[in-house]
Amino acid sequence: MTEAVLDIRNVCKRFGDNLANDDISLSLGKGEIVALLGENGAGKTTLMSILFGHYVPDTGKVLVGGRELPSGKPRAAIRAGIGMVHQHFSLAPNLTVLENVMAGTESLWHFRSGTAAARRKLSGICQRFGLTVEPDARVGDLSVGEQQRVEILKALYNDARILVLDEPTAVLTNLEAERLFATLKEMAREGLSLIFISHKLDEVMAAADRIVVLRGGRKVAERLAEKTNKAELAELMVGRKLARPVREPSTPGEEVLKAAGVSVIIDGVERLKSVDFSLRAGEVLGIIGVSGNGQTTLAHLLSGTVGRDRGELLLFGQPVGDLTVDEAVGAGIGRIPEDRNEEGAIGEMAIWENAVLERLPRFSRHGLVDRQAAQAFAGEIIDAFDVRGGRPPTRTRLLSGGNMQKLILGRNLIDRPRILIAAQPARGLDEGAVVAVHARLLEARRAGTAVLLISEDLEEVMALADRIQAIVNGRLSLPIAAESADATKLGLMMAGEWNDEHEVSHAL
Amino acid sequence: MSVVFDILASAGLWAAVLRIATPLILGTLGALLCERSGVLNLGIEGIMTFGAMIGWLAVYNGADLWTGLLVAALSGGVFGLLHAGLTVTLGLSQHVSGLGVTLFASSFSYYVFRLLVPVAGTPPTIEPFQPIDVPMLSSLPFVGPALFTQTPPTYAAIFLALALAYVIFRTPLGLAIRMTGENPHAAEAQGINPMAVRYGAVVAGSALMGVGGAFLTLSAFNSFFPTMVQGRGWICIALVVFASWRPGRALLGALLFALFDSFQLRLQTRLSGVVPYQIFLMIPYLLSIAALALMARRARVPQALMQPYRRGER
Amino acid sequence: MRFERREHRSLALVIATPVLAVLCALALAGVLIAIAGAPVMEAYWRILVGAFGSRLSATETLTRASPLILTGLAAAVAFRARLWNIGGEGQFYLGAIAVAAASSQLLGGLPAAVQIPLLLVTGAAAGIVLLLVPLWLRLRFSVDEVVTTLLLNFVAVLFVSMLIDSILKDPMAFGWPQSQPVADAAVLPKLLSRSRLHLGLIIAAMLAVLVHLVQSRTVFGMQARAAGLNPAGAVFAGVPLGRTLVTVACISGGLAGLAGALEVMGVQGYVTTDLSPGYGYSGIVVAMLANLNPLGVVLAALFTAVMFVGADGMSRSMGIPSYIADVTVALSLISMLTGVFFTQYRISR
Repeated sequence: MTEAVLDIRNVCKRFGDNLANDDISLSLGKGEIVALLGENGAGKTTLMSILFGHYVPDTGKVLVGGRELPSGKPRAAIRAGIGMVHQHFSLAPNLTVLENVMAGTESLWHFRSGTAAARRKLSGICQRFGLTVEPDARVGDLSVGEQQRVEILKALYNDARILVLDEPTAVLTNLEAERLFATLKEMAREGLSLIFISHKLDEVMAAADRIVVLRGGRKVAERLAEKTNKAELAELMVGRKLARPVREPSTPGEEVLKAAGVSVIIDGVERLKSVDFSLRAGEVLGIIGVSGNGQTTLAHLLSGTVGRDRGELLLFGQPVGDLTVDEAVGAGIGRIPEDRNEEGAIGEMAIWENAVLERLPRFSRHGLVDRQAAQAFAGEIIDAFDVRGGRPPTRTRLLSGGNMQKLILGRNLIDRPRILIAAQPARGLDEGAVVAVHARLLEARRAGTAVLLISEDLEEVMALADRIQAIVNGRLSLPIAAESADATKLGLMMAGEWNDEHEVSHAL
Repeated sequence: MSVVFDILASAGLWAAVLRIATPLILGTLGALLCERSGVLNLGIEGIMTFGAMIGWLAVYNGADLWTGLLVAALSGGVFGLLHAGLTVTLGLSQHVSGLGVTLFASSFSYYVFRLLVPVAGTPPTIEPFQPIDVPMLSSLPFVGPALFTQTPPTYAAIFLALALAYVIFRTPLGLAIRMTGENPHAAEAQGINPMAVRYGAVVAGSALMGVGGAFLTLSAFNSFFPTMVQGRGWICIALVVFASWRPGRALLGALLFALFDSFQLRLQTRLSGVVPYQIFLMIPYLLSIAALALMARRARVPQALMQPYRRGER
Repeated sequence: MRFERREHRSLALVIATPVLAVLCALALAGVLIAIAGAPVMEAYWRILVGAFGSRLSATETLTRASPLILTGLAAAVAFRARLWNIGGEGQFYLGAIAVAAASSQLLGGLPAAVQIPLLLVTGAAAGIVLLLVPLWLRLRFSVDEVVTTLLLNFVAVLFVSMLIDSILKDPMAFGWPQSQPVADAAVLPKLLSRSRLHLGLIIAAMLAVLVHLVQSRTVFGMQARAAGLNPAGAVFAGVPLGRTLVTVACISGGLAGLAGALEVMGVQGYVTTDLSPGYGYSGIVVAMLANLNPLGVVLAALFTAVMFVGADGMSRSMGIPSYIADVTVALSLISMLTGVFFTQYRISR
């Protein structure tokens, strides 16, 4: 290793009872790419936020080029040459690319922005690293991949020597991700040092020189990429051996839900384009795709919150008009929304209220809420689904993500629904909770529930789904049987490359 | 139709347009500056009232007119500081905080006024700003008396609109304000302190509102009476939306609005007895509502408007 | 300095907050009184005497509290569903003029038992209509209802002014712009003789209880709260957002309109443009002081009424402008906002 350009020494950070970073040290050499590997909640993002001055560490320090960085000052981090590419882009959609890049780079009291010079500098950087983007485009009009480029350009424009990327591939297709990693390697060759945060073993192995594994807020291992393998990393990352459940073979029953040429237009944009699928009792149909390709609309359509504009939807063989939420719930459709906090639960309301809000007709008489029955129902869910951290009257916000998801699963599954629409059911959960959620989904499948699993996690879909369809730009591919799927093939499908004619025989 | 033409052809109308527009220009610019940084300031109605009162009071007690404006600006800034404390530091509802500031500022102005100025049959007056003829230009036929015989604050207000447009779109400070109003997290990631930017914008914007109020007592009229602001603050809030958060358009919007207003005032005198005068008085408010309905969906709202910013909380 | 969300809010703190807020506002008002050169403690005392010192003043305070309970409820119901109805003042006036018009022109001949309920419905309906306009603008054009309801207040008062200056003008009023009086059968019965205290207080208090029950026990109440707390979550749970907001607007506008109706039928008998000393705006403070709790609204309205009636008396005897009441009420709103914040957050390093 060459001399260290960055040294993180013995950093600790506590939030309430949670020790998010426990004595973590890390160093980074010039021209090196280090991957910070860990599950959700392992402390990766906290560590990087400390590095970038968003948080003040309780103890420990950060040295850049041998000099200590004052803590809690993003500006100092920028001056020291640290650039951060956030997972949720820190961009202003209504401003142009150039404005986003320039903001904060000049003294606020200059009488005039140096736009012309900034434009020259930006185009120089673009050329050097092969990152093309139109400087006068409004950022909100750019694709997700282009927006990420703007994030990287922002850092490079600030003369960053150290670049930190938080889950950079979360929103990219495989192809875009490959292109990104090629760019990162190019940057490393140019002498930049990079840290990227990830929980994906493949990309860590493919792109990093060195891998640091975090678990439960502690650094558990550090390996050179050439001297480790995926199996070892997986074990280090998860710690205990937790086997995720895998579906066992079964024969699906009758068709319960069918879409034929369904299109949905929202605010003038066609979000779903003539999609077809068929869902049978006792099977899991996986819809795989990079987020932002119409999954949300598909989930909303089947959950009864948006209507369709063309095509036909058949529920148990009967055509349904525009499904409302009450009809969907009444017909035995369980619904797990992709965003727990935004849609799945109302944080300021009690657990019992969130348990019954979507099935109030059942828990009310003459317009009055039957509190006793509702609280009892919530109690049942808490017991049966092992929801920890609250009783029925507790405010739902106080539950952890995993327990909130168990509550949402519970209120849907406790009634043995005939259909379950599960959108990103394990997103953002720690490994233990993921296993619990997967087990519940497979249990429902065994009990004859038809499960539509919308996910962007290849591993999840391959473990759970009987058949798989890819969603790209509002279109659904034809289904392929899980047996004939592998990561490469699904990756291609997620990039929109599928052969409609060829796959038909496989699926049926 | 000839009535309409007669009115439009009188230089007096156009002179009145600029006069009526001035407090609206200042108030709208103030509200716009606050909102560009992400803070809705419904304190405007009260801040304008207080500015009108305190500016007048200063002059009544012997200060010169410009000092009166300065005092109004400072007091506006202080109320801005209060609003920023509530909405930026504490992150409280901008709606309710703003209304609180308005209720407080207006009742406080009445209190101070009543306390210091004894009740009298006719309200005491001061010597307000006098129109200044712009050399050369004011002697032009029609255009001269229409546009170039205004009081100094009116010229200043027009200049301020152009200056603010320059600051917002051409300077690093303006970019920082816009960035904060669009995405304070992004601003912070670029080393801008969003809290400081919002404090600055709200204090400066509120100072403009104070001056806008003071124009009423120091130039348009010569005395202060309660409820004299008459919803002008709320109209300014509507004008900001109408102007799509652009100072140049705010200037045009305020002028357009004042044109309607002074036109209806003249129409009112011609049609008195035929149409109840209250109908004419309703027009400004209805016009504001119509402007909002027209523009609300088209305008590009600052994305972080009304969203409190807390570090580390998304 | 940073703020950290409190995991648990203690009930004592929640109850203590409005009390502390009021005390804080009174202390600040005391500073203003002291600056005016008057003895502060005596001023407080005079306020209390002015509000409760005699049978007359006590009934007057309760009379003042009645419309404040209703406008406070109107704001509380709307705010809880995140419908920012700041138009209580306009709805109050529209309710008042509707009652005066209906009773003097249409229903005057009906017996009290029929006329009074009809008039109450009329007043409420007028308030509802005025609030449905901004709600429609919000749902149809995404116009922020704060500004439109505020602007409509001015329109409503001008509309009333126009009517009482023309078709509804009382010819017996020596040229003053005031409406024709309501019929005798429309006058609300007094609760106490030789006072202005009328049936409206009972109606307002009962409505507070009713609103509380609706909010805490009914499907609609739960849905409205969900819609206010998290619209996306409410939609996902099948809450009809538009319909819920319309219902909320009907309750809110109806309560404010009713306040105006009761004031005409119980106190003044006719409409002028100074019928309300800002009941609509004070209602917002009342609602916030009550932390949007309908039962709390009754207490908060009482406090506000005490300030207004008491300050009137104090002002006459001590030469302090009675605007000190408005200042105190506004300050209590600001302290309450700050206080509520600290029940939810704590300061951390």
